[in-house]
Amino acid sequence: MSTGYTEGEPIRDTKAPEGPIEDRWEKRKFSAKLVNPANKRKLHVIVVGTGLAGGSAAATLGELGYNVTSFCYQDTPRRAHSIAAQGGINAAKNYRGDGDSIYRLFYDTVKGGDFRARESNVYRLAQVSVNIIDQAVAQGVPFAREYGGLLDTRSFGGAQVSRTFYARGQTGQQLLLGAYQALERQIAAGTVKMHTRHEMLDLIVSDGRARGVIVRDMVTGEIERHVADAVVLASGGYGNVFFLSTNAKGCNTTAIWRAHRRGAMFANPCYTQIHPTCIPVSGDHQSKLTLMSESLRNDGRVWVPLKAGDTRPASAIPEEERDYYLERIYPAFGNLVPRDIASRAAKNVCDEGRGVGPGGLGVYLDFADAIRRLGREAVEKKYGNLFEMYERITGEDPYAQPMRIYPAVHYTMGGLWVDYDLQSTIPGLFVIGEANFSDHGANRLGASALMQGLSDGYFVLPTTIGDYLANGPYGEVDEDDVTEAEAEVRQKIEKLLTNNGTRTADSYHRELGRIMWEYCGMERTEESLRKALERIPELREEFWQNVKVSGEADELNQALERAGRVGDFFDLAELMCIDALHRTESCGGHFRAESQDADGEALRDDENFSYVAAWEYGEQGPILHKEDLDYEYVKMSQRSYK
Amino acid sequence: MSMNLTLKVWRQKGPKDKGRMVNYRVEDVSPDMSFLEMLDVLNERLILEGDDPIAFDHDCREGICGMCGMVINGVAHGEQVATTTCQLHMRHFEDNAVITIEPWRAAPFPVVKDLVVDRSAFDRIIQAGGFISVPAGSAPDAHSVPVKKVDADAAFDAATCIGCGACVAACPNGSASLFTAAKITHLSLLPQGQPERDSRAVAMVEQMDAEGFGGCTNTGECTAVCPKGIPLDTIAQMNHDYLRAAK
Ligand SMILES: Cc1cc2nc3c(=O)[nH]c(=O)nc-3n(C[C@H](O)[C@H](O)[C@H](O)COP(=O)(O)OP(=O)(O)OC[C@H]3O[C@@H](n4cnc5c(N)ncnc54)[C@H](O)[C@@H]3O)c2cc1C
Ligand code: SF4
Ligand code: FES
Repeated sequence: MSTGYTEGEPIRDTKAPEGPIEDRWEKRKFSAKLVNPANKRKLHVIVVGTGLAGGSAAATLGELGYNVTSFCYQDTPRRAHSIAAQGGINAAKNYRGDGDSIYRLFYDTVKGGDFRARESNVYRLAQVSVNIIDQAVAQGVPFAREYGGLLDTRSFGGAQVSRTFYARGQTGQQLLLGAYQALERQIAAGTVKMHTRHEMLDLIVSDGRARGVIVRDMVTGEIERHVADAVVLASGGYGNVFFLSTNAKGCNTTAIWRAHRRGAMFANPCYTQIHPTCIPVSGDHQSKLTLMSESLRNDGRVWVPLKAGDTRPASAIPEEERDYYLERIYPAFGNLVPRDIASRAAKNVCDEGRGVGPGGLGVYLDFADAIRRLGREAVEKKYGNLFEMYERITGEDPYAQPMRIYPAVHYTMGGLWVDYDLQSTIPGLFVIGEANFSDHGANRLGASALMQGLSDGYFVLPTTIGDYLANGPYGEVDEDDVTEAEAEVRQKIEKLLTNNGTRTADSYHRELGRIMWEYCGMERTEESLRKALERIPELREEFWQNVKVSGEADELNQALERAGRVGDFFDLAELMCIDALHRTESCGGHFRAESQDADGEALRDDENFSYVAAWEYGEQGPILHKEDLDYEYVKMSQRSYK
Repeated sequence: MSMNLTLKVWRQKGPKDKGRMVNYRVEDVSPDMSFLEMLDVLNERLILEGDDPIAFDHDCREGICGMCGMVINGVAHGEQVATTTCQLHMRHFEDNAVITIEPWRAAPFPVVKDLVVDRSAFDRIIQAGGFISVPAGSAPDAHSVPVKKVDADAAFDAATCIGCGACVAACPNGSASLFTAAKITHLSLLPQGQPERDSRAVAMVEQMDAEGFGGCTNTGECTAVCPKGIPLDTIAQMNHDYLRAAK
């Protein structure tokens, strides 16, 4: 059993400037070296991923004049999973005059993250948030507006001000189309070369620097090598390690896991966000879970029957026999408590036997009051497409009966460790968007991922990467390093195709997902994690011995693509459990049952765990490097939403 | 209440293969499955039998990425209105049904394999001008230009196009007018889109023609299958912008 790890030297972010927090980003922008415009064309940057983070970064680097090569696994950059984000994007515009400010967004994010994020990074994020809205509007993103022609906003979980900008229930789509259009403009201008249907399978590291990637052309099967002066990973989150999640089917960990194997540290892998409002599982065939935007909690009221085992339909349960448990337990925030709290509360009432729907794994999200108060038309305007989506999937009409919802894996706060410049522990490897760990601590607030992805891509990375590129070009790459990486990729493909086993990759993935959900999901214990750490290596061993992949290497082969990703999920799953086991406190999305207060709320252990856990890959097991977190501005306190 | 089905599926090894329909029997299909989950079940079986699984495009499986798309019983995305293939559920089919499944068919969308087609022509239409030129960091405050709510809403309605290509597959002429018009309309309804409005319309329409898409004869098949309900009058808007620019 591999629960073991060793502890290495502490790690520090050396890039964030000192001094008043409001001035740090200005200072860093000033101290970052500038690249001579005439040299920019000679500097080659690879960007893997075309979501909000990668798409905006590639477009902006192209605008600045760098020579950019971009990859995505879909058939067009516009389909990155950012497209699916529904609810909105935060920004400290304070257009409502309701007391919002950069400082308040900063404060809410640090607190929402349960004091496990870096203050400097979060402050910068809040500062940059205002520019994002300006940029998006100028690109033609059709945000919701009020009759006066000004932008509309709404409130989201974890905040008491209205700072979330939205485009009906399709905010991610509209923001991504903005970034995609900017990217296509650069492709047309010749500054960005786009490779769609290409999957990154390894990172080329030479002379201690990230110098390129090995990719597979998913149509021809050709293995290609691309070298550059710097590599940016924007490959999204790894929630699919649970098999069932709100992520797209292709979302994977391969890009960041391969980089981890080559020396990039992986930070806080166990921090997983379980979203409280998803459509419950309907059967064994389930291939993914669908999110119902959290914005629904603005007007929907969450409840379950007061009595366990009450099987009456919702309409037959009178008011006084309903338990609006969020409003009851958390009167200050009510239905708008942060996600981790709402998810666990749903699990608790279901554990008490008060869940609704098939298997008792669901709670009601009821719009009857909102429809009465605002009228059906107003509700339809706000949430129409979400209601339709719900009806399409479940066959039930949410205007007539309450929705049934249940928590599902949604977002991964963990990711590759980066410093203030968004550079990983491999020089020249930058990581942005959900793929890095940087800004959300142990729990991300709603509408803050879009903000972070675009902040990284449009504004932060294009500045900080200049500081690294100013010392380039970095010259020829050692041929042996490229050949070695390529050979490893080929071997793995060969192994998968010649295995001739008896189970499909998906069946292993499902089983791995069940282990993770059961033992490393919403609630974790020492016992459950040890069990997972026993099962995962066994199952991984069996996978490599017994997985069956049909078809050939040199053609479009979706079975092969999947099997390769599952192989990496196994390794990541193990590290997640090791991380979860070592962190004996509860914080944010990481709930250790052993660490709770008398009311069952997550209990942090600041004395022992106020650090980022950055894991280095080691053949003999992972090596833990701790980055201490200091709070100069926001006083650490136990979160309370009561 | 499970169902048994017969599928007639288009199989084509690669662009050079001629392709043919192949019959498959799928049993024990739950009405709660999505159409793609039903195909997953079949593919799992094919892999174990050592056959090539049926290749099809998909990603988000929630109707927003635009990656999925098949012609089901002769209708792009199937008969359920305003629904992408991935959002189509088996409860809409009868037990013992025979279902034909084919790829989008249009010359500018060559088949890559089985049900997977190459839609990169759409990206090139956007490259031609489907954007507002505003480098990062150069934007004025978002409230400096108010936008009438009706305009913002109408722009949004056009902007919801997911780029799936069903409109092309359904059109007897293989026209990409609805897709192109959706983008042109989105940007030309907003004040931010005005400076490039004329050049955009001309460049995008010309690129659309250069890709080999057919002309629009107003049959309306495109909107009928469009999962996002992009209205036909966007095409009028496109023609209007194009003619205005050409003057
Ligand atoms: C259903 C849903 C709703 C959400 N709603 C909201 C919301 O309302 N507000 C909010 O702030 N956040 C929301 N989020 C979170 C947010 O959408 C994501 O965290 C964010 O969009 C991630 O952006 P990204 O650019 O980092 O990655 P992605 O958009 O996932 O992009 C990843 C890119 O990497 C590429 N890629 C991945 N692996 C490889 C590889 N191996 N080789 C080559 N390319 C690769 C993909 O092709 C893709 O282009 C939501 C998330 C989901 C799933
Ligand atoms: S117009 Fe409709 S059918 Fe055509 S690509 Fe857009 S969403 Fe698909
Ligand atoms: S898979 Fe994304 S729209 Fe169908």
